[in-house]
Amino acid sequence: MAGQVDALYLFLVLITTFFSLLIAILIVFFAIKYRRTPERQAEQIHGSTLLEIVWTVIPLGISMVIFVWGAVIYYHMERPPANPLEIYGVGKQWMWKFQHPGGQREINTLHVPTGRDVKVTMISQDVIHSFFVPAFRVKQDVLPNRYVFTWFKATVPGTYHLFCSQYCGTKHSGMVGDVVVMTPEDYQTWLASGKAEGSLASLGEKAFQQYGCTTCHRPDSGARGPNLEGLYGRPVRLVDNRVVLADDNYIRESIIEPNAKVVSGFQSIMPTFRGVVNEDEIIAITEYIKHLAPQEANPLNNRTSPTQIRDSEVPNIQEHQQQQNQQQQGPQGTKPVNPSGKKP
Amino acid sequence: MSTGTSIVKPEMPERHFLNDNYGIRSWLLTKDHKRIAILYLLSITVFFFIGGIFAALIRLHLLTPNGEMFQADTYNRLFTMHGVNMIFFFLIPSVPAVIGNFLIPIMVGTKDLAFPKINLLSWYLYIFGATFSLIALVSGGVDTGWTFYTPLSSGYVKSPVIIMAVGILIVGFSSIFTGLNFIVTVHRMRAPGMTWGRLPLFVWANYAASLIMILGTPVIAITLILLALERGFHIGIFDPKLGGDPVLFQHMFWFYSHPAVYIMILPGMGVISEIVTCFSRKRAFGYSFIAFSSIAIAVFGFVVWAHHMFVAGISVYSALVFSLLSYAVAIPSAVKVFNWTATMYKGSVKMDTPMLYAMAFIGLFTIGGLTGLFLAALGLDIHIHDTYFVVAHFHYVMVGGMVTAYMGGLHFWWPKMTGRIYPEAPAKLAALITFIGFNLTFFPQFILGYMGMPRRYWAYPPEFQVLNVLSTAGASVLSVGFILPLFYFLWSLKYGEVAGNNPWQATGLEWETSSPPPTHNFHEIPIVTKEPYAYGEEGEEVPVVH
Repeated sequence: MAGQVDALYLFLVLITTFFSLLIAILIVFFAIKYRRTPERQAEQIHGSTLLEIVWTVIPLGISMVIFVWGAVIYYHMERPPANPLEIYGVGKQWMWKFQHPGGQREINTLHVPTGRDVKVTMISQDVIHSFFVPAFRVKQDVLPNRYVFTWFKATVPGTYHLFCSQYCGTKHSGMVGDVVVMTPEDYQTWLASGKAEGSLASLGEKAFQQYGCTTCHRPDSGARGPNLEGLYGRPVRLVDNRVVLADDNYIRESIIEPNAKVVSGFQSIMPTFRGVVNEDEIIAITEYIKHLAPQEANPLNNRTSPTQIRDSEVPNIQEHQQQQNQQQQGPQGTKPVNPSGKKP
Repeated sequence: MSTGTSIVKPEMPERHFLNDNYGIRSWLLTKDHKRIAILYLLSITVFFFIGGIFAALIRLHLLTPNGEMFQADTYNRLFTMHGVNMIFFFLIPSVPAVIGNFLIPIMVGTKDLAFPKINLLSWYLYIFGATFSLIALVSGGVDTGWTFYTPLSSGYVKSPVIIMAVGILIVGFSSIFTGLNFIVTVHRMRAPGMTWGRLPLFVWANYAASLIMILGTPVIAITLILLALERGFHIGIFDPKLGGDPVLFQHMFWFYSHPAVYIMILPGMGVISEIVTCFSRKRAFGYSFIAFSSIAIAVFGFVVWAHHMFVAGISVYSALVFSLLSYAVAIPSAVKVFNWTATMYKGSVKMDTPMLYAMAFIGLFTIGGLTGLFLAALGLDIHIHDTYFVVAHFHYVMVGGMVTAYMGGLHFWWPKMTGRIYPEAPAKLAALITFIGFNLTFFPQFILGYMGMPRRYWAYPPEFQVLNVLSTAGASVLSVGFILPLFYFLWSLKYGEVAGNNPWQATGLEWETSSPPPTHNFHEIPIVTKEPYAYGEEGEEVPVVH
């Protein structure tokens, strides 16, 4: 990726140098060649439509080349890779926290293997930060209200700068760290040496029980909350009949703001966990919920449109069809916001 | 067109707007657009130097990588106050409120702006609003960055953000009033024969900027009010903790602040059109293309704001649309550069100070504009966004472009404003020093940016130090280039050569009246019969030396 960005950069440097020199040479040349002398009068020229067309069309053409080139690289950057190594990051004033799937945690350092697509899904605990690794040519603002991601594939082992590039307060320039790129073997050794208390999902399970989520979110039919098994990556029908995709953002919103999107057939009785659970725990709980899902590759990248799914495929739909009809006029559903909002 | 022989030494007119009335009251209660322009000139000069001191301190601090000169909090306040001062209290009012205020009524051939009292009110609002920024400064300074991104500004920093926001809000109204005045004046008060096709390009450019002022400024006003409401009363608009959306702030902020870039640069482009034609003794090449490109920039400028937000978490599709539209706004700027260059072709070029500034503008603006193409290219912007590349880019446009144009315009019309000519030798020297200092300051920042140095960093990795030292060295040269004019302009007020009506033998109504002009600009409202820039008419005498 860095190579492609550099190629476009080089192309633009050439374009810029060419036109800057062209203009500079012309104005200096004209200023000297046509300098004022008593003998010569200026020759009056009103303009030339042909020239105007030429110097409109040529820059337009060049611009379009740059636009398409830049757009292609960007599109590639914004599409998540298939089967990446998933790492979660939390930005806060003024540090970066990372969690690996195996439960390893690090602060201001991120260990990754070479030759593997690494996808970093991030959220901020306070203000907007930005995850910037110049060597990989990646940057992504990290927002406090939803998950964003970036991905890269490191090729050369070494230590690279990690910067926060969105001004975030007093110690903005101290919110820096290292991305340590290792060979896959070294990376495995590093993972094994880590003091993980258990996998991320198992940490999530602990939190799930600790906060009493199991009281309502149970598989049995009498549960007061929707069953979460097989939920992740599936469409969910809400009380107002909208269908949303159960992704990371949806799960997080349902914990922080449970009444925003109430599942069809249930009542809005869940209290908010805002300020109770922290972002790291939400990430772990989400990871746990993912593991409750039937095996399905890479659910975050599920691009199936929720509306195309038949009701029978939607969990909790058939089960609560009856109640749904009764509860259509629930107070919820005033927010016409798509929780996953982000990248289409 | 003056055809008088230049052998007779010109004399100062007996009565003009400067000596028509004396005393502080005659200035503070004046309704004369020229006196208000002078008031603006004095006030923005103060803010330019305040902003300049902040800039100098920032550059000094960055000499060493480990942040040894200031505390991080102090440094953050310095770059915030530098940005706020320079943008809201210097660049936005610079050419319109000083040169435009002075010239637009004279250029269209009328006695004053359409609403002289509102014009005075606009200056008072400017002073009132700017005072708030000084209050914010003495109560510790603001540390949000001039962009005030939420939720940092609304819920986290502890500095007087609301005072600063109120100040900018008030100054915004002064900008709206100036724009309103220009638009009405250009529509309703042109002299007989002054058709739209005969308007000087400076008037066209200010007209276009005025459209942005009255359409865009209310949006920043609303945005700042919402920010103050969230900060003061915890009404959730931008902070997710209160149920808001932080990216919404960026949309609203840039909806004004991107067009504001064109409020800053368009009037400067107008200055360049006047200078290049006069010092080449040529009609403007492609008059209507230059005129309409100003309007095109004003219109396109409103639909490109999200190119500041490519990494902010907007959707891929909106990023694609805003990238494409950003290239649309680049084309009219390119058209202008080519037309100015073509205007010099086969001209009779004299490189006096204003022309030196104009040539510097064309070169530096070209670099500033072209590096904008880097930032509009999506895949590339991801890397250079929020780095020193951006800092270099907008300083090439704002300082290399706008400040250079402002200095060129100030030299060009100084004889008209004061009746006396500035001394040519030190002025040329200052122009040269500015050019060299500017490039030395900001060119290394392009490289720093691509190497990955983020902006607004109080401390930085040591490998960036060499280029930072170069940049700081450049800044010290640049400051000499800006301080020098202060001395010779003041000197010229007393000792400068008397200018006469038209020292440059330029076309345009402002050169037909005396220098300084009488209070009502013309003893008789002129009747316009000529094309603009009617250089090369029969019997014209071209000054070879002055």
